[in-house]
Parts: sequence; C-alpha cells; structure tokens
Amino acid sequence: MKLPIVDHPTAARPFVTNPKRSPWHDKALWFVRSKRDKQAKGVSEWEHLRELASEIKTHTVANLADYLEKFEQAATNLGATVHWAADAAEHNEIVLKILRRHETLRIVKSKSMLTEECGLNHFLENNGIEVVDTDLGERIVQLRDETPSHIVLPAIHIKKEEVGETFHQHLGTEKGASDPKYLTEAARQHLRNKFLLGEVGITGVNFAIAETGGIVVCTNEGNADLGVSLPKVHIACMGIEKLIPRFQDLSVFTRLLARSATGQPITTYTSHFHGPRDPDSELHIVLVDNGRTRLRGNSEFRDSLNCIRCGACMNTCPVYRRSGGHSYHATVPGPIGSVLSPTRDAKSYKSLPYACSLCGSCTDVCPVKIPLHHQLLAWRKELVGRGLLPVSKRVSMRFASMLFQRPRLFAVAGKCGRTALRVLPHWMTHNRLNTWTIARELPSPPRESFREWYGRNRNDD
Amino acid sequence: MPVALFVPCYIDQFYPDVAVATLELLERLGLDVVFPEAQTCCGQPMANTGCASETAPVARRMVEIFADYDAVICPSGSCTAMIRHHYAEYFTEDATQYEKVASRTFELCEYLHDVLQVERLNVRFPHRVSLHQSCHGLRELRLGGSSESMTPRVDKVREILELVEGIEWCTPERSDECCGFGGTFAVNEPDVSAAMGRDRIADHLATGSHVIASADMSCLMHLQGLIRREEQPISVMHVAQILVGRPVTRPAVPSNPSEAIR
Amino acid sequence: MNASTSSRRSMLDRIRTRPLDSNPLPTVNPSRMTTYSDPVQKFVEILGTVGGQAHIIDRPEQIGETLNAIEVFTNARRIASLVPEAIQGDVDPSCFDDPHGLASLDWVVAPGEFIVAENGAIWVDGRSLPHRVLLFIPQYLALVVSRSQVVNHMHEAYARIGTPTTNFGVFVSGPSKTADIEQSLVLGAHGCRTLQVFLLP
Ligand code: SF4
Repeated sequence: MKLPIVDHPTAARPFVTNPKRSPWHDKALWFVRSKRDKQAKGVSEWEHLRELASEIKTHTVANLADYLEKFEQAATNLGATVHWAADAAEHNEIVLKILRRHETLRIVKSKSMLTEECGLNHFLENNGIEVVDTDLGERIVQLRDETPSHIVLPAIHIKKEEVGETFHQHLGTEKGASDPKYLTEAARQHLRNKFLLGEVGITGVNFAIAETGGIVVCTNEGNADLGVSLPKVHIACMGIEKLIPRFQDLSVFTRLLARSATGQPITTYTSHFHGPRDPDSELHIVLVDNGRTRLRGNSEFRDSLNCIRCGACMNTCPVYRRSGGHSYHATVPGPIGSVLSPTRDAKSYKSLPYACSLCGSCTDVCPVKIPLHHQLLAWRKELVGRGLLPVSKRVSMRFASMLFQRPRLFAVAGKCGRTALRVLPHWMTHNRLNTWTIARELPSPPRESFREWYGRNRNDD
Repeated sequence: MPVALFVPCYIDQFYPDVAVATLELLERLGLDVVFPEAQTCCGQPMANTGCASETAPVARRMVEIFADYDAVICPSGSCTAMIRHHYAEYFTEDATQYEKVASRTFELCEYLHDVLQVERLNVRFPHRVSLHQSCHGLRELRLGGSSESMTPRVDKVREILELVEGIEWCTPERSDECCGFGGTFAVNEPDVSAAMGRDRIADHLATGSHVIASADMSCLMHLQGLIRREEQPISVMHVAQILVGRPVTRPAVPSNPSEAIR
Repeated sequence: MNASTSSRRSMLDRIRTRPLDSNPLPTVNPSRMTTYSDPVQKFVEILGTVGGQAHIIDRPEQIGETLNAIEVFTNARRIASLVPEAIQGDVDPSCFDDPHGLASLDWVVAPGEFIVAENGAIWVDGRSLPHRVLLFIPQYLALVVSRSQVVNHMHEAYARIGTPTTNFGVFVSGPSKTADIEQSLVLGAHGCRTLQVFLLP
C-alpha cells in the first residue's frame, strides 16, 4: 500500500496555531505528566526498575523465537489456541475466521493498539460484523468516525462539549450537556447493553508470559474484563514484542506501567488470564508480526521493540502536546511513533524524525529506557543516507560544512551577513522568505564578532 | 599550559559579549586562556539534520584544533554535548586524539563547579532572575537533575549562580521544559517552535522574573527573538554575563517593529 | 490453520536467521525495594487515593453494620455474597449457568486473598468466584480480606502467588474509573461505582 507523504509541520499547523486547542491540550497532558512525576518520586527504586525493565525486554527480544515457542507450548497446554499472523491482513483473517465459525454478528472490544494498527474494526465492519469499542475514549472516537490521537488517552484531543454533541446525536443525551460525569454515565448505560449483547470479546494484551502461557490485560474502566467474562469466546490480539519471560517479571512492569502512563500506582484492574474460562469457553491468542521481526533485525532501532505502550513519551513531548496526535498520521504518534512509523515506510514518514527539538525528555521518561531522541537523530542520518532529505536542505548543509572548514571565509561571511542585517531595512530581512522571522526577531547584529574583538584585544602578534 | 576557549559560531557572530564575558571570567580566576582562531563550529547543525558526511570534516578539524590543550571550555551545553557525546562515529579509525578532546571539553559552569571548584566570585546582580535549563546541558551533560529522572543530581549552573550576591530567584512552574529552539527545528517546525518559546516566556514572566538566565545562548537567541517581536518586559542573559557582573540589557525593540510581517 | 502454520514457521525463521547476543535475564531482588513500617496503613492510604474505601474491622458482622449505613446498600435489591459469615446475599450466583443472568446485580461481596501496600491493590483469585463477571458486573463491590495477608510491593505479591494455578486472577485497585473526557476523573466507568474493602484481622 502506498501511503501519502506526511508533512508534520503542515499537518500540525491548524492545531498548534489554534489558541483554543493547543494550549488546552498541552495543559491536559502536562497534568498527566505531573501525576507521573509524583508517582515516580514515590518509588525510591524507580531508576532501578527502569533498568530492570530495559534488561528484561532486551533479553526477551534477543531470544524471541525461544520465548514465543515456550509461550505457545504453555498456552496450548492450558487450553488456549495460539495463532500466528505474519501481517495485518492475516491477523484480520484469523479473527474473522474465528467469528465466522461462531456465527458472530456482534463483538465487544477493549483497547488494543494492535487492532488499530491492523485496521481490524473497518475490516470486520465491512464483513458485516458490528464492532463496539468499549473503552470510553475509543467509543467516543469510534462514534465520531475518528482515530485515537493518543495510545492511552484516545480522545484527549476532544473537548467535553464535542463529546456532548456526539453523545446527543448517538446516545440521545441532552443537547448541550457537557458534564463528564453525566456523559460517562450515559456511556455506561449505553455500553452495558452492548456488553450484554456481545457474542465474542476481543482484547489487546499488555504482557504475555512465556513461562506460564498466560496473558495480562490492564484497564481502569473494567471494560476488558466485562467484555470477556460474559461471552464464551475471548480473542486476545498481541504484537510478538509483548512477551516477557517469567511470571515474576510482571512485578517490574506492573509497577512501571500505570505510574508512567497516567500517574496511578497501578491500573484499576490488572487481569491475568491463563487459559479459557471453562471447558465450554475458548481463548484465542493471535501473535502478530507485521514488521516486528524485521525491526528486530535492525540494530539501530531494535530497542523500540521494548516499548510497553505507556504513552509517557507523548505526555512529555513538547511537540506532541502542542501539535496533537493526529498531526503524526500514524496509529502510534509522538516520539515512539516517530521512531516506529518510518520503519514501516521511510518515505511517507520522513518528516516525523524532524518533528522533534531533541530535548531528550522522552528518553528520561521512558520506563523501559528506549533512547528515543537518539533514535530520532539516528533516523535523520538514515533518511539522509537514503536520499530522502529535500535537496534544498542538503545543499545548505553542504554549504555550511564548507564554510565551517574555512575559518577565514567563515569570518568574512559572518561579517557580510551582520552588516547586511544592520544596513538593510527591517522588512528585507524579516519577511516570509525567512522562516526564522515569521514569529521572531533576528538577533541585533553586533559590529564586531568575538574573533575580531579578540584580534584587537588579546592577540599580541 | 593555557586552556582553550571554544566559542560556538553563533556566539562569535551574534553574541560576542558572551564570549568576552567568558574570557574575562576565566582570566579573573587566574587562567591562561587562548582562543584558537581556526575554530568555527562544532558541526551540530549538520549533525542534527542527519548529514553525517557534512559533519565529519568539521568534527575532525575541531578535534585537531583543540588536541593540544589541557582543557577546552565552552559557554554552551549544547555544543559541549556535541563534542562529548556525538563525535565518536567520526573517529572510528583512530579515536585517541578524539577521546582526549572529548574528556577535556567542559561546559563553562561545569568547569567552574567540577574542576576549578570556585567558591567565591565577588559579584552582585541585584535582580529577579529565573533560570532556563538547556535540554542538552541537562539531559546530555547532566549538569543538573532533569524533572523526569529520579536520579538525584547537583544543579551545577544554579550552584555557580548562587555565588553571585543579590539574585532574587524566581522559579518557573515547568522547571525544565524545552524552549523550542532545537537548532534547525526552529525553522523546520516554525509554528511549534514559536508556540513552545512563547509558553516558556509566559511561564518565566508569571514568576515576576526580570531576567531569564541560561548557560545556552542558542535557547536565549530564540526566546529573545520572540520577546523582542512581542515586546515582552523581560531580558535574557547568558550565565557568563551575570558571573562577571554585566548590567541588565533591556530588550531592544526591533528597529521598525511595525514592519515586521506576521 | 495452514496459513497460520506457515506464518509461524516464517516468523520463527526470520528471528532465528538473525541471532543476537543476549544479555542475561536480570534477577529481581525484592529486598532492594521499598518496604513500609506499617504496610496496612499504607494500603489504606493508597486505596483512598485511588477512590476506594478501607474499613479496619475486628469481626465479620461489622461488615453488615457498615454496609447498612450506606444508602446505596440499603436500597439495593439484588445482593450476592460470597462471604456468608459477613452478610447473607439474596442472589446465589452459583445457581446461574449463564453469567448474563447476573447483569442486574446491585452488590457483590467477595473475598480477596491479600493486599498490596504500595498500590492499594487486592488480589482476587478466580477460584473464589463462581463467575468471574461477579467482580465486574455489579454496581457496587465490597471485598473482604484479612489484613494479616499484606505484602509491601508487587515483587512480594508475585512471589506470593508463585506459579498461577487458576485460569483467572486480578489485582483490583479502587473502583472502575475513567478520565477519558477532558481528564476529568469519573468513578464508575463500566465496573463497580464504589469499592469497599473490609480488612479483618
Ligand atoms: S517508548 Fe517508552 S515512554 Fe513511549 S510509550 Fe513506549 S514505553 Fe512508554
């Protein structure tokens, strides 16, 4: 599939220049990050846990084949059915086949970034199956026919008045109502019915344990649990990087995940499923590759497979907070998304590694210590190596490099530039052709550079 | 043996007083300082764009220029980080000279704090000051503790500024959020960059601060550009200027602001 | 599942043709982690911050007394209790074959195995539930645990569970909640609206 080219600055403009939207979005996410800081501070071994998490994940990815087989064996022994999907299409087919076998018409689904990545909803709907996203945020974006703008807070870009309007249209709430309590209650009632009618429950997976064959699903709303404890069939879809070796390793990840994600000490429900509910029920686990084994082969970007999808890098990213998740045009936005998206299609997503000031906040916040900002920098090198940097930029960098290798020329060019800035009228140097000056003044140019001053004042020869 | 002064290209050209202040400060502290005139730029603009082959010759000549000094002192966290953490790939064949330079290149405050262990400065700066932490100083050089990290660290820039008498400290709500400069980011993503800068300025203004101080002039160049365009009542100063007791410079209003095209 | 089998082979092959140097799996040392001088107190405090309510009691009968002081309990029509010594329910969930029949439950009183100080979580073993939906479907939930069964943190918690021997187990920390509308916290998303935790000796 050919993807359109995403130009992040252009895609971000309407959001970031909207004074009602961008500062509001920024504050909401900063609030989440502040809660995360408070939680992390409360755990004196925080940095040690990050180190452990990073080592466990790196070890797992290195030995992934062994752990996948171990997991399959253990899960099968417990009575679960394990499926393998090489790509999104195969994943969707596997799910559809299970649903067809049960003559399913309605499914309830809890949050799963993997099924978003695979486009499962539309696929199933096109095959005549009603799909109900039961996470409140996901339900909101589903009713609005949008996509999540954040992996943990899917509707973070939507205002309560807009939710009110959507619920008024679809759920019949009062017109103009925007109280979150009222709207949440309305969604609760509406989704209760859907839960009771759901014939199959689909969930994502936060962790899969190779040693025991179990899976762990974390939610705050209880929607995953409600969704899979009523129907007899549970389908759990997971990327193969969700594996961890031992049951005990969960202790490290359950301490980090919710604290990093939403600033809670743990998610409200941390559910452990080991095999189907009873002999009459089924548990299907779909292991999805969809580019992950290829990413594993890439030594530069392999660490990004360690991601536990906590969303903390989004909450902390000053660019994400101001430009909104949709400006990335990807299932996973923000810093980790800007690392992952170009691994799928470098050309389409070539602007994302540049949508970053290299502040490094994401790297310090990431609970599994992915060196995110260094990976974004590495991507830039990769893109230049593949000839994907616009010629104009490459030429100006060549020119700069040439200048920096010739100190005399550099001094002369500097002098000319400063003189021009001083003598030319303001409008000639501050116009639309100069991106710097759209919002800012240029520095007032001094008559003398430091090197000139130094020559006059300190050089004896 | 003299120490070398490494002056980032934009400071050389646009903010010579920052370099002069740095030089004066080090001289006052009794050091023999030279400015090797063959230096130009550390190569960060090219490196951060991903242009490795354009960066390599610049990096190599920088290392050669500074190879023979016991210490290289730079009034910028960002450019120091470039040399210390991002040069290695250009010296894969013989890294000895590079390693020597990397281990002896210091950001100014870091040098004052760790090497000279300065305890007195005899300067006054009776103003309301708020500190802008540069991301590279903080998260690459670890000049202080970043708010994300739970590893306790000494804030070296702040500790050095504490030696100045008369400062009334103002603390912004977001202690270390990025200002949005980011080198070429400022022109690649002009809208986001400006939004980030404006938010920082508003945060500093809200504290009642009169001077935003930073150890990185590049952040301040960006903030100053916004401050002057929007005529905000706050100044920016490099830490070196404060440490030698320069007076506060009022933000100069653009020569003809009405002509500024928005 | 032929396609899946060939994908299985191709995925595993792709991984195996790229062997990587592996770091050792680290050992997690629980004794390195924060412990609390009064872990029960810590649990009570944290449970409060996540929207739950803890009650330290001496006798199971006090559970009924406490609940009867709660209006939504006295108004409740359908109560299922898995802790009969505390309270008699009026619905016997084990009589239901289909969990859908439990949809109209107002209250469930269920036993928990142990509590975790650091995060206010209660471990509930699926074995104690005739239907696992009992934990998620009622409007209100009360859990009953012995406060002598307390661990400091998740490392002790997982060590205590050991190897899971039941097909379901869950850590519950507070009532169900969401902040999906403008980050405003609302208790009672899909699961219980409130959570009462009774800590017996
Ligand atoms: S990259 Fe790190 S911070 Fe970002 S979502 Fe993944 S685990 Fe969380």
